Amino acid sequence: MLKLASASEYDPASLPDLLPLYYRRLFPFSQYYRWLSYGGVVKSCFQNREFSFTLKDDIYVRYQSFSSQGELEKEIQKINPYKIDIGAVFSHRPNQHNTVKSGTFQALEKELVFDIDMTDYDDVRRCCSAADICSKCWTLMTIAIQILDRALREDFGFKHCLWVYSGRRGVHCWVCDEAARKLSATARSAVAEYLSLVKGGEDTIKKVQLPDLIHPFVMESLNVISRYFVDYAVVKQDILGSKESVDKVLALVPEDVKKELKTDFHNEKNPVKRWDRLVSHVERPQGKKGQHAAKEIMLQYCYPRLDVNVSKGVNHLLKSPFSVHPKTGRISVPIDPREVDQFDPFAVPTISLICQELDRPRAGEEEEEEAKDKENESAPTEKRRVRDYKKTSLAKYVRVFEQFVEKMERARRGELLKKSDLQRDF
Amino acid sequence: MEFSRKKHKKVTGDYQAELYGHCLQFYSQPPLENIPLSEFETFAIERLKLLKTVENLGVSYVKTSDLYIKKLDSEIKTLNFPYRSEMEEKKPQTGPSEYEKRRKDHISHFILRLAYCQTEDLRRWFIQQEMDLFRHRFNVLHPKYKNDFLRHNNLKYEKLSDEDKRRLGSKLINSNSAISSTKIEELEIYKVPFQDALDLVRARKVFLQEGFAFIPHQEIVTIVLNDFRTRLSKALALTARSLPVLQSDERLQPLLSHLSHAYVGQDYSIQKNIGKVSLEQIDSMSTSSFPLCMRHLHRALREQHHLRHGGRMQYGLFLKGIGLTLEQALQFWRAEFIKGKVDADKFDKAYAYSIRHMFGKEGKRTDYTPYSCMKVILSNPPSQGDYHGCPFRHSDPELLKQKLQSYKIPSTGINQVLDLVKGMHYQLACQKYFELTHGLDDCGFSLSHPNQYFVESQKLLGSGREVKKEVEAPQKGQSTPALKAAGPRDSTASSQTDEASAVEDPGSSGKE
Ligand code: SF4
Ligand SMILES: [Zn+2]
Repeated sequence: MLKLASASEYDPASLPDLLPLYYRRLFPFSQYYRWLSYGGVVKSCFQNREFSFTLKDDIYVRYQSFSSQGELEKEIQKINPYKIDIGAVFSHRPNQHNTVKSGTFQALEKELVFDIDMTDYDDVRRCCSAADICSKCWTLMTIAIQILDRALREDFGFKHCLWVYSGRRGVHCWVCDEAARKLSATARSAVAEYLSLVKGGEDTIKKVQLPDLIHPFVMESLNVISRYFVDYAVVKQDILGSKESVDKVLALVPEDVKKELKTDFHNEKNPVKRWDRLVSHVERPQGKKGQHAAKEIMLQYCYPRLDVNVSKGVNHLLKSPFSVHPKTGRISVPIDPREVDQFDPFAVPTISLICQELDRPRAGEEEEEEAKDKENESAPTEKRRVRDYKKTSLAKYVRVFEQFVEKMERARRGELLKKSDLQRDF
Repeated sequence: MEFSRKKHKKVTGDYQAELYGHCLQFYSQPPLENIPLSEFETFAIERLKLLKTVENLGVSYVKTSDLYIKKLDSEIKTLNFPYRSEMEEKKPQTGPSEYEKRRKDHISHFILRLAYCQTEDLRRWFIQQEMDLFRHRFNVLHPKYKNDFLRHNNLKYEKLSDEDKRRLGSKLINSNSAISSTKIEELEIYKVPFQDALDLVRARKVFLQEGFAFIPHQEIVTIVLNDFRTRLSKALALTARSLPVLQSDERLQPLLSHLSHAYVGQDYSIQKNIGKVSLEQIDSMSTSSFPLCMRHLHRALREQHHLRHGGRMQYGLFLKGIGLTLEQALQFWRAEFIKGKVDADKFDKAYAYSIRHMFGKEGKRTDYTPYSCMKVILSNPPSQGDYHGCPFRHSDPELLKQKLQSYKIPSTGINQVLDLVKGMHYQLACQKYFELTHGLDDCGFSLSHPNQYFVESQKLLGSGREVKKEVEAPQKGQSTPALKAAGPRDSTASSQTDEASAVEDPGSSGKE
């Protein structure tokens, strides 16, 4: 294993050599196709979907589309894209968009998507900045996933939320329910705004302002944050440690409390106790200004920061699951929201690791399997690919993806049954 | 409907009662009578006037504030549109009867549908103003008439059972202050798919569960309005399809196109002054003639050597509007970006495209117009890492104050600006800033566009009038911003036409 770990070190220069192998033997085309064809009844669902590819030297090709899994596979294996993006389902086949009358080519539907990027937290991270992440600040993503996943399910009633690691410093969410895919741009922005609590740019100090009445959604979100806050923000980020960071926090409490706390903190150096002090100081009678200051601090430091513009548009492109991140080499793998606490971005395999794993000496049983396959040549490539990825550390992530797709298929079958039952009743 | 030069006959009996039975309408039936052409025109123009008032008030005031209500009410009265429910109140009548007002409301709405169905932009504008108007008129109705209206138009929504109310208890109470202040048992709560109550969802003023929104009776306007919007936008799409027939009518065509052009002010996308600005001038102009939003963006760009998408759009289109050519813009952005983390190659690949796009040279070839204040203030608020937006709207007042101090604005002036900001009169605050930096007591125009700010400033500076460095506090009282808001803004259209001609000689003020 040790040897493998070092072999997994990724060198961007090797990407052109690794991609053909990855797309030929590892990329889970069949599950991917099952996902995007949504039951296959409406053919245009897959056929009118835009894919776009980033090739070597940042060459960007938009409006690609495919009529079948085979066609998609063939093209990807031919051009070996550095990055794959998924766009909307259009009124016409995107690869023919130049031939239709202008104005009639329109984006009709797409998953409701969310993009959370660690760079947006730079003012509340002390450990890293910009594109860097570490296991400390990754907690922010863990919190984000839990808060949003709960709200999307319980508040909005969506059942099929696919969470994906972006491969570098953030996560994406694809809400795949039919109702979500059909939302108008106005509805998308309303949902995104409902879910946005942190507001304001470089010129805003206090970015969370709660009204007197705390909405149930905010309460639920605070419940999630409070499970992490002291350990993550107070201890690990040490937001009440240095003078500079204390000042930043105190800028968020009412003037009078600020004074009291300043003298208080003079004697109390322990950050956890400092936080307790702060909490008890801002506790005020209902309706008084500043009563929610502690909650607002928690939210400003930990609440998910959405890129609302990505969610608003039906036509916005987003990096595809299982695409490779060209800089880190890591695969964009799905995250199981039920086990989000265990998800470790640094354990996500790189393309070089899984390609290495393919070449590991085979155990006896696998050879047997191969012998069986030789007798039964009916669907050789697909089978070989399954056997291939199962050998690598990509396997468990493909499994998460598969479970997601299967759950959607089950739900769809349930719907169909209900419909036909209804018809029989009449 | 039919249009004729003949005088119309009064439509009688049931049809009239059915159509005009309520002072507020859903406009589900088009007028069936013949409408004289003269009436056609006055009706349309008066409704357009009303809708423009709706738009202007919406920018200056919170849409449910007392002043908004008062001002809109008085405009409705002056223009003789139906006001609350006078018919039942049997007021002594001078001027047109309630019936005539309702008829006018009805017909004028349908005429503007014809004029405003033709493009996406026009439709959006029309729907927005009609919705705001409808919201206002519904809100000021007596509760009894609200229920009448629902019944009359057959609008029924699912109500929450008492058991459900008990089960959801505190969650309902905490979701909306209207619920928390009334006894929940006595309150009607409606359950609708969340898609039908987007305004409440957006503002987080409603409890959501499993995709349903639970709406207290006080907020029912939201769902009614949603119905209104859905119907209107469907109807407009239908009208658009049947329009070619009407357009062949040579009496109507010019009228309709005149009406639809009336709403857009100057859009600053056609530059008479293109190529008359040199890149060297930008630094100095950014302090003398840029509005605060652009001054900020310029500074941020110089300091960070980068701007994110929102900033690039807002600032890039503004620069285009003041006369930069595409080549200048490319040179300008490239020079700055490559001082930062982006090398020339990356710039050409990742950013040049979007700049050409702004000039309509790439992609859809739409010629993007510079953003108006309203667009800057209302859409796409800045988030982490962003410098775009309107500083009067999107900065913390404390930071705004510091900025203004650093620009050497005297403190009395700063206080006036901050008072306007507090009252949410952002554009007036910006106008005040203009007055302070140009040494004027009254700038004499009504600000609606950052490029307008620039043009006005250049006009002043270029005409050789002296600009005082230190500015005395203007004498105008601070307590009258509200009055000021409505006054000059009405004349926006005319002041903007002046600007167009004033642009012609902008170069004369440059230093180089
Ligand atoms: S009011 Fe308009 S011009 Fe002034 S800063 Fe705001 S957006 Fe810019
Ligand atoms: Zn970190």
